[in-house]
Amino acid sequence: MAGSTLASPIASPQVRAAQRKHVSPWREAWRRFRRHRLAVASVVILGLMVLLVVIGPLVWQVPINEIDFSAKLQGPSWQHPLGTDDLGQDLLARMLYGGRISLAVGLAAMLVAIVVGVVVGAVAGISRGSVDAALMWLTDLFLSLPQLPLLLLIIYLFRDQLKDVAGPEIGMFILIVIVIGGFRWMPVARLVRAQFFSLREKEFVEAARALGASTPRLVIRHILPNALGPVIVAGTIDVAAAIIAESTLSFLGLGFPPDIPTWGRILFDAKDNIDFAPHWVLAPGVAIFLAVLTINFIGDGLRDALDPRKVM
Amino acid sequence: MAHYLARRLIIAIPSLLGISIVLFTVLALAPGDPFEELASNPAVPPEVRASLRAQFGLDDPIYARYLHWLLAMLQGDWGFSFASRVNTDTLILQRLPTTLFVIGSAQVLALIIALPVGVYAATRPYSVFDQIANTLAFVGFSLPTFFTGLLFILVFSIYLDWLPFVYSDVTATGWRWYWEHIRQALMPIAVLGLFQGASMTRYVRSSVLDMIRLDHVTTARSKGLAEGTVVVKHVVRNAMIPVVTLVALQMPIVFGGAIVTEQIFRIPGIGSLLISAILANDTPVIMAVTFVFACLVILFNLIADVLYGWLDPRIAYR
Repeated sequence: MAGSTLASPIASPQVRAAQRKHVSPWREAWRRFRRHRLAVASVVILGLMVLLVVIGPLVWQVPINEIDFSAKLQGPSWQHPLGTDDLGQDLLARMLYGGRISLAVGLAAMLVAIVVGVVVGAVAGISRGSVDAALMWLTDLFLSLPQLPLLLLIIYLFRDQLKDVAGPEIGMFILIVIVIGGFRWMPVARLVRAQFFSLREKEFVEAARALGASTPRLVIRHILPNALGPVIVAGTIDVAAAIIAESTLSFLGLGFPPDIPTWGRILFDAKDNIDFAPHWVLAPGVAIFLAVLTINFIGDGLRDALDPRKVM
Repeated sequence: MAHYLARRLIIAIPSLLGISIVLFTVLALAPGDPFEELASNPAVPPEVRASLRAQFGLDDPIYARYLHWLLAMLQGDWGFSFASRVNTDTLILQRLPTTLFVIGSAQVLALIIALPVGVYAATRPYSVFDQIANTLAFVGFSLPTFFTGLLFILVFSIYLDWLPFVYSDVTATGWRWYWEHIRQALMPIAVLGLFQGASMTRYVRSSVLDMIRLDHVTTARSKGLAEGTVVVKHVVRNAMIPVVTLVALQMPIVFGGAIVTEQIFRIPGIGSLLISAILANDTPVIMAVTFVFACLVILFNLIADVLYGWLDPRIAYR
């Protein structure tokens, strides 16, 4: 304010007061988020885990598939901090590598779910009548599908085809992400639709319409940004759900192939050796649990911060 | 009430049809041939294979196959398992009671945990009890069922040696028979029930918390009713309505958890039947089991509708 000339000396305290009161919505959200101590702790722990799986393989350069039968099923030691599996492969290296895939699947599947959910919800919310009814019928149909049996079925039926097209790793990744995301968009669509229903009657939308804004502009510039808070919260929780879904598939032996050790896959290989190598079960299980728990806490904190209605 | 129930039943039919179409399309689009085994067998001439394909209708157009399949399903002809050479419906009927017993008991366990804990926490919001319950609930539904299952086996079967590892044939008779069955069902029920109970506790708590601030509760208190009566009669009953919705929406997840637990504890239910059928490329069984799961989801939604009608009589007369 140093160089500006004020219109009148009386105006200055008011201006200052107004400036002090003006807090950007993101800063306000951060202030509310900080009050949720477990959520803040979760951000730190999850950040550490992400850092570990991103940088870890660069530091811990033990190959994930080095077979050494003389060192099989060993407990934690200096040479193998998390122990070894039944082929003598180093578990730490496998956990770090698998963490990359498990977390990437979670994020990518969440993006698929959010994009589909926002598009379906927005189209249903802005158009009345038969389009809305048809889309909601579709949403309800998807909600009442038995998800895990269908997931298993689709992956079992299509994995060989995609493997031929895109290679075993990328093909499986694409299939799992699309299928998991394709079964998780319904809550987002319902949320967005409900938000649209209340927002499109608000005065600021009416004002924009009176100024001649087209429907796409109304949706993208005015309604969608205001409906985003609950979507972010739902998206966060979807990451956790997608990580669990991927691990479940791998745990049932129908996820990634054995040479790609995601956390669920390691657990699947470990479960038959649970009585004499408990360390092998505990490492991936605890990793999945910690990732899911911290993401859920962060989602809870974000709900306090971004969703003033506090539905749940 | 009967009228309301009939209406809900009629609404359920299109969703069942929709589910059957989705299922059939997925199967029809997929590669993989049930007669692959015969194709690689040199003793079977190609003409026999072709006539078999024609006999089972594999060469018909897809809508004809769908209609054919649907009509057969309606007549109670659920097909023949390729792998175990038994009728699919006998196979499923043998295994369905076990699955229903485990899921049902788990729901009861979840309710026994969630109701008192959720209500007690909501009547004392932000107290120590509430915070502990809330944190434990978070831990509860962040623990995936496959990991809790393995942990339970590790603790109760391996270290403590209290409970049997997996399901096995029970040879004992009389009371002993029941006791053995309960013993082997304890861990799966606990795994599923605790997972379900954790999320249910949060639903109950937030719903009761919304309800307890309303005017009619204040009125009930100022009439001089005992606190217990106020909570049970005026708060909990109303608070259960949104809880029923959320629990009904969660049913597909519960069935997913049931498949996982059946696989871990080798329970002879329809979930493990599904997995083994998928691994054996046994199309009729996969189809039928998935359809049974879909029917179960819709059945539980109907039960939720009945509960609504009972909890809130206005819904039934709308």
